[in-house]
Amino acid sequence: MTRSNKPIVWGPFAAGGTLTAFVTPALIVLTLLAGLGYAPELLGYDRLHAFMGHWLVKLAAIAVVFVSLWSSAHRLRITCYDLGLRADMLVATVVYAVALTGALAAAVFLAGI
Amino acid sequence: MAEEMSPRPYLRPITSEWIFRHPRYLRYLVREFSCLFIGGYTLLLVAGLKSLSEGRGAYEAFLECLRSPASIAFHVLALAFATYHSITWFNLTPKALPLQLGEEFVPDVAISGAHFAVWGVLSLALLYFAGAF
Repeated sequence: MTRSNKPIVWGPFAAGGTLTAFVTPALIVLTLLAGLGYAPELLGYDRLHAFMGHWLVKLAAIAVVFVSLWSSAHRLRITCYDLGLRADMLVATVVYAVALTGALAAAVFLAGI
Repeated sequence: MAEEMSPRPYLRPITSEWIFRHPRYLRYLVREFSCLFIGGYTLLLVAGLKSLSEGRGAYEAFLECLRSPASIAFHVLALAFATYHSITWFNLTPKALPLQLGEEFVPDVAISGAHFAVWGVLSLALLYFAGAF
């Protein structure tokens, strides 16, 4: 039997779909409020710097960024196929690479906080 | 000669016009397009982390960018798409997580309803924790 890599691709997709369903709208509201001039206390530099400085928060942030980007990448790959772009291997490589790079960048930036 | 006789495989023409054949296909595509906004928003958060790691000045500049009309417009669109993603995702949970108690299956509306309730409470808790109200 040939082994399938589907569970590896699909696991983070399902995790990301669930996580973004639960938290992304609220996160968007937070930065939208900041944009409208009603920045929540947590988004002040000192508060946020101290909050993001905790190692547990850093780990959680990396996980959130990774699964959010991965699930978006996977959905984009499927959508490209549905819209008639059949170079699946190329599309998959590009979108997953962007997702991994984004998560890696987040880890590097968090290490500097 | 033999080449002409051999049956060629039927190649289905690849088009995108199927999208408009039924409203549900269009709704499906709207749901799938939410990935551009959720992914884009996540990259925006990564940019925020970058500015936070670079110091107070960089972070204040990031907050200033959030105030631009383009950012506000993106946020409003992203909020709409992300909310649509949440609704469709939770509506699908009874299909992904069918729950059997004894002989009976738990009704679909109870499973998705529980997810909607948790989503509401979690969102309010997050906003409260961040000091939004």
